[in-house]
Amino acid sequence: MSSIGTGYDLSASQFSPDGRVFQVEYAMKAVENSGTIIGLKAKDGVILAAEKLILSKLHETGTNRRIFNIDTHIGMAVSGLIADARQIVEIARKEAAAYRTKYGTKIPVKFLNDRVSMYIHAYTLYSAIRPYGCSVILSSFDNDEPEMYTIDPSGVSFGFHGCATGKAKQSAKTEIEKLKLGNYTCKELVKEAAKIIYTVHDELKDKNFELELSWVCKDSKGVHEKVPDSVYSDAEKAAKQAMEADSESDTEDM
Amino acid sequence: MFDPTSNPPPFWQNGPAPGAFYNFPNTKSGPSDEFQHSQAPITTATSIVAIKYATGVIIAGDLLGSYGSLARYRNCPRVLQVNENIILGAGGDYGDFQYIKNFIEQKIVQEECLDDGFKLKPKSLYCWLTRVMYSCRSKFDPLWNNLVIGGIQDGEPFLGTVDKLGTAFTDKIICTGYGAHIAVPLLREAMEKNPNMSKDEAKALVEKSMEVLFYRDARSFPKYQVAIIDQNEGSVIEGPLVVKQNWSLAHMISGYN
Repeated sequence: MSSIGTGYDLSASQFSPDGRVFQVEYAMKAVENSGTIIGLKAKDGVILAAEKLILSKLHETGTNRRIFNIDTHIGMAVSGLIADARQIVEIARKEAAAYRTKYGTKIPVKFLNDRVSMYIHAYTLYSAIRPYGCSVILSSFDNDEPEMYTIDPSGVSFGFHGCATGKAKQSAKTEIEKLKLGNYTCKELVKEAAKIIYTVHDELKDKNFELELSWVCKDSKGVHEKVPDSVYSDAEKAAKQAMEADSESDTEDM
Repeated sequence: MFDPTSNPPPFWQNGPAPGAFYNFPNTKSGPSDEFQHSQAPITTATSIVAIKYATGVIIAGDLLGSYGSLARYRNCPRVLQVNENIILGAGGDYGDFQYIKNFIEQKIVQEECLDDGFKLKPKSLYCWLTRVMYSCRSKFDPLWNNLVIGGIQDGEPFLGTVDKLGTAFTDKIICTGYGAHIAVPLLREAMEKNPNMSKDEAKALVEKSMEVLFYRDARSFPKYQVAIIDQNEGSVIEGPLVVKQNWSLAHMISGYN
């Protein structure tokens, strides 16, 4: 890190002389310590995948999930501090519910993205509070239109065709760039998502992880949900096979 | 000009007593923390007819929204599927029903967000609605409805009701409003003769009740909907169905004008 913030890193409400807000940058570092999450947009829906790092063998499987439902048609994958992320999930749910009662329809994810990113941004403005230590990906499939956004701890958000945050975001992004995302259906893309999570997982640093997969697509009738068990196990199998094929070709090279 | 010989003007003329508020003429005064609660429904829906049969529950309600005795709105659906386990019917104030419907729907979304594999069950919704209705009436501001909750829980049909006062009970036969007078005896009789009714028999019985209610209840309407939930077949909403009317006896009835 560039010689520590030299006194300008204690507050989120103060710039450093070269125009940076260190607290926000530290929050992004917090995100980089967490498991990788990716989002892929297909022709007919959006896939979210998470590498949930398992810190203790004593943890029950399937708990501490990193992919959440926000409304029936919206999902959110989170990376970074899980407790911070849950608060953002809560806010997003409230916004979605408020929109429903006010306007009588499902909230378009574009609006939800605006509201949640404004909220996260507000936490980068004051000295008394710290920014959120998490990045989130929002996915939705509404009116036959797949949409996906990510929001950073800074409150900046972009729409994406494919995106990744967390530990291995760089290598995940390069893997995603290899795919021709517009050509895939969700069913095909689930396998690619699982493969990417398995490929970017660093066995040396983190031993155990659990793969989480969700989709919101035509097949799920526009409802965001965990992928069905059969789809999940197929995807996991495909990913493991791809890993084995990979390691065999590695040994051949040697 | 000030005249030192006359008495000085009184400092506080016609004012209120010390510690009280000044009352301007023709205005009401006093603390404004009084307000009037709703004391009558506005746009209303009439009876709900519901019975439990061997493997499920049927709830029927017509499509009329009455404005007093005026048949004002003729397409007001008031039976609904809450989730795959629960159906619901409502009579009384239509606006209050829509409010209740909205917050039940939001509750279902919340449940789905938890994503724990559990679904709201009919007995839970029933109990919760009793609390909602009772709490509103205890604030002297009741939701002016009769709610009928049906569903399947642990493989068994369930049928319960709660009214605007929070009075709640479960039964094999539940009718609200005018139906409680007209349809209940019909249904009881049929149920006594045939305690384990099939779905088709139950449907025919409800159809008959809706017909009789249409003849007798001046706030009823010949178009109605039926919600059916069945152990084996899941839930559907049928309709709008039409009452098969037969007025051939009408000329023999006299003395009511």
